[in-house]
Amino acid sequence: MRGYMASLRGPSIASVTGAALLLVGCVDAPAVKTPEQPPAKPAEAVPLPRALDPYSNLDPYPSTYRPLPSQPVAIVGATVLTATGQQIENGVVVLAEGRIVAVGDAATSIPAQAQRIDARGKWVTPGIIDAHSHLGVYPSPGVSSRQDGNEMTNPNTAGVWAEHSVWPQDPAFQRARAGGVTTLLILPGSGNLFGGRSVTLKNVPAVTVRDMKFPGAPYGLKMACGENPKRSYGMKGQAPSTAMGNVFGYRKAWLDATEYARKWAAYRARVAKGEQADAPARDLTLDTLAGVLAGEILIQNHCYRADEMATMIDLAHEFGLHIAAFHHAVEAYKIAPLLAQEHICAAIWGERGGMKMEAMDGIGANAALLQRAGSCVIIHSDDTILMQRLNQEAAIAVGAGLRAGIDIPRAQAIAWITANPAHALGIDGQVGTLEPGKMADVVLWSGDPFSVYTVAEQVFIDGALAYDRHDARFQPRSDFELGQPGAGAFHP
Amino acid sequence: MRFIATAFAASAFLFCDAGSATDAVAIVNAKLETVTHGTISSGTLVMQGGKIVALGANVRPPAGARVLDAAGRTVTPGLIASSTNLTVAEVNLVAETRDDAGGDRVSAGFDVQYGVNPESTLLAVARETGVTHAIVSPLVGRAEAFADEHDDESMQGGGGDGVTALPSLFAGQAAVVRLMDGEPDLVMRARMAVVVDLGQSGAQHAGGSRGATFVLLQSALADARHYAAHRADYDRGATRTYGLPAFDLEALVPVVEGRTPLLVRVSRAADIRQALALARREHVRMIIEDAQEAWMVADEIAAARVPVVLDPQDDLPRSFESLAARLDNAARLQQAGATIAIKASRNFNSLRPIRLNAGTAVAYGLTRAQALAAITINPARIWGIAARAGSLEVGKDADVVLWSGDPLETMTFAQSVFIGGVEQPLNSRRQQLQERYSQPGAGYPPAYR
Repeated sequence: MRGYMASLRGPSIASVTGAALLLVGCVDAPAVKTPEQPPAKPAEAVPLPRALDPYSNLDPYPSTYRPLPSQPVAIVGATVLTATGQQIENGVVVLAEGRIVAVGDAATSIPAQAQRIDARGKWVTPGIIDAHSHLGVYPSPGVSSRQDGNEMTNPNTAGVWAEHSVWPQDPAFQRARAGGVTTLLILPGSGNLFGGRSVTLKNVPAVTVRDMKFPGAPYGLKMACGENPKRSYGMKGQAPSTAMGNVFGYRKAWLDATEYARKWAAYRARVAKGEQADAPARDLTLDTLAGVLAGEILIQNHCYRADEMATMIDLAHEFGLHIAAFHHAVEAYKIAPLLAQEHICAAIWGERGGMKMEAMDGIGANAALLQRAGSCVIIHSDDTILMQRLNQEAAIAVGAGLRAGIDIPRAQAIAWITANPAHALGIDGQVGTLEPGKMADVVLWSGDPFSVYTVAEQVFIDGALAYDRHDARFQPRSDFELGQPGAGAFHP
Repeated sequence: MRFIATAFAASAFLFCDAGSATDAVAIVNAKLETVTHGTISSGTLVMQGGKIVALGANVRPPAGARVLDAAGRTVTPGLIASSTNLTVAEVNLVAETRDDAGGDRVSAGFDVQYGVNPESTLLAVARETGVTHAIVSPLVGRAEAFADEHDDESMQGGGGDGVTALPSLFAGQAAVVRLMDGEPDLVMRARMAVVVDLGQSGAQHAGGSRGATFVLLQSALADARHYAAHRADYDRGATRTYGLPAFDLEALVPVVEGRTPLLVRVSRAADIRQALALARREHVRMIIEDAQEAWMVADEIAAARVPVVLDPQDDLPRSFESLAARLDNAARLQQAGATIAIKASRNFNSLRPIRLNAGTAVAYGLTRAQALAAITINPARIWGIAARAGSLEVGKDADVVLWSGDPLETMTFAQSVFIGGVEQPLNSRRQQLQERYSQPGAGYPPAYR
């Protein structure tokens, strides 16, 4: 399984991960020249104001996430799916100080101070990662004043950031957590060619979105193929109105971004040499695209059809880009070897398809056929109901595989909702598997997580109990639900 | 056409009953979940002449019968999917394939049966999930070619059904279809309910507020009563003015006469109470659907003997009328003594199989037997087809499913589906695409496979 994961990590992803780390500490990074440095020549009398330099602060809305209080915990006796390919019977998982410290069989030593949880008959998996969510940007209740997910005023809104739309009080966050979801990728909608930046959140109740931001997670850029953008703008008599108009729009934008990045590089080179130089005008839309070109921001591409995915791969080659994942890739099975070769994940549903022309050829065996070809499979939701049972959605995909004669063990399929989305989000160094040193995002299930009858009993985020099915103290409710009918309680 | 088909089926039955065993099929070594008479852990079910002719632990297959060895696997009655657009909608976001919304010319009179397409590719998809019967119900408004861009994929989301609201209170008349392959007329019962939206959606259709909805609804029922008693006057132009044209009033006459139920889509507890009060006042039969807050008024619903059609996954305050939505809505209603039917995807192309929604209800408090009943015998009773469907009983239609495992479980699939005793092809487009793309190519493109 490690080999499989490693083989997915192409050179471009490796550089992305490096760049992401750089992003976090960018202000101190030696490679970045900031205008605060004393000018080499007195001719540069007026330094560039920080706000006009996109490289002066790559993280202006930083994470303020702090893990909930925790104590050492040992989950003992469960069947453990590590998402590294292992299924351990009668296993032990030890969490301490927010991290996984041990995973193993019954012989694994348990620290004396750890609280023991008797988990015989139960199952343990990594926390589920939903790679496609609109929580907070399209919250419940879905009233018109809270439709904040699609800035449909221009086909290219790469400069908007989903985190600036997220309403942290969306009651759906609580439902997702009760379904075992510990991390979410919140994306802008698919009405534009470039919808804007996505944000990766830890699923903890919080007053501000910054308190949920996954520390160090790279940004994503939402792009959309196909029917949605051309319909949105074609109806207004604007470009794009056709599929070829879509591709023109992408190419034009990447040309502009390449030129923008070149101007800034030239400017920084001259400043570095102590020469006088005029800074290019800063552009927030192009900042995001330039961040993608630099490998710091990951492309998350809504794209249903095999032929359109292939076109997007050509586009990526033309401009030196890497697409992290095709989302809603209902036809991915038709180009499974190509996706494997390009190290692009396919984020898909279990059985959905056919609701529109570009989804006509969705099949249940999509995941199984992709897995068989060595491609990276992600089961995603894009849905506030489905997100609560991503484990079942993965099981549905396994079942469709069985019907097609492809038997994918649970130990592999669990990666579809844990390790693989972590990979596509650029956070696989931190979460997605049960391995010592990783963030202790862990779900204790009442039974086999691939069963319809199973529910999440306890959910740990960074080692802290964030949800407990049997203890109301750990069933947080959003501010919105206080005093409302039902009072935010949604299960027995 | 319906009459002819029924007559044909009846004559076929008589012919086979008279002694031919050529079409007999016996499923042996099966776990038979009869639904109405418990479970036979290992038994035989015999189908002949389109009917179930024998079942039990000690039944022997008749001579000449095709014998299918279930090897201990489960057989259930075919599942009944409530609240769908099966056969009247093909591609949800292609408006010209949508015949499930009445538009603005016809309201109560809108009749889905005329749009039923026996060639729909989704029939095979539905059969592959073990569904043998579907309730086809209309929506208020007009189908549009687009939905919300944010989650066009999500047909479960608010406003995501691709329908534009128009000022029309009634959605129209529903039908039951039986998903028999090769049968030109799938309609088993037409005009078996008149659908009306109350609550938020109904208020919108009525001009903005609930007060308008109920006034308009009561007025329409009063008009229908008056019209029924004065048809001759109406034809002479001698009646008072009605709020609806005759073709809509005709649909409401069996409702006010208590022969056809009103299927009311309603969510909020207060709206459910109003609906129950209206049913009492107007002496109409009623079925309520959606009903996210029904658990709050479960005793009143049970006392009124009004059945509830619900989605057990519904647990979000999606709107201000479903703030109290809970995962144990089904269990609490059952506990109170109400009859429930479980529904799932309205669109079979945004598939959440009904069997899994029954499984979900078990995870939140229904017994497994209650959940299975909620997708078989309960909907059969609610929709008036229990004499023929919904359980494994001698004399009922041989509409049965042999499953690869527990029918409510995630990884299970329907191995064999029989309708009228005839094994149905499980060869949906999905299945054919899967077969095409799981084979290695031999130089030629997939189109040659």
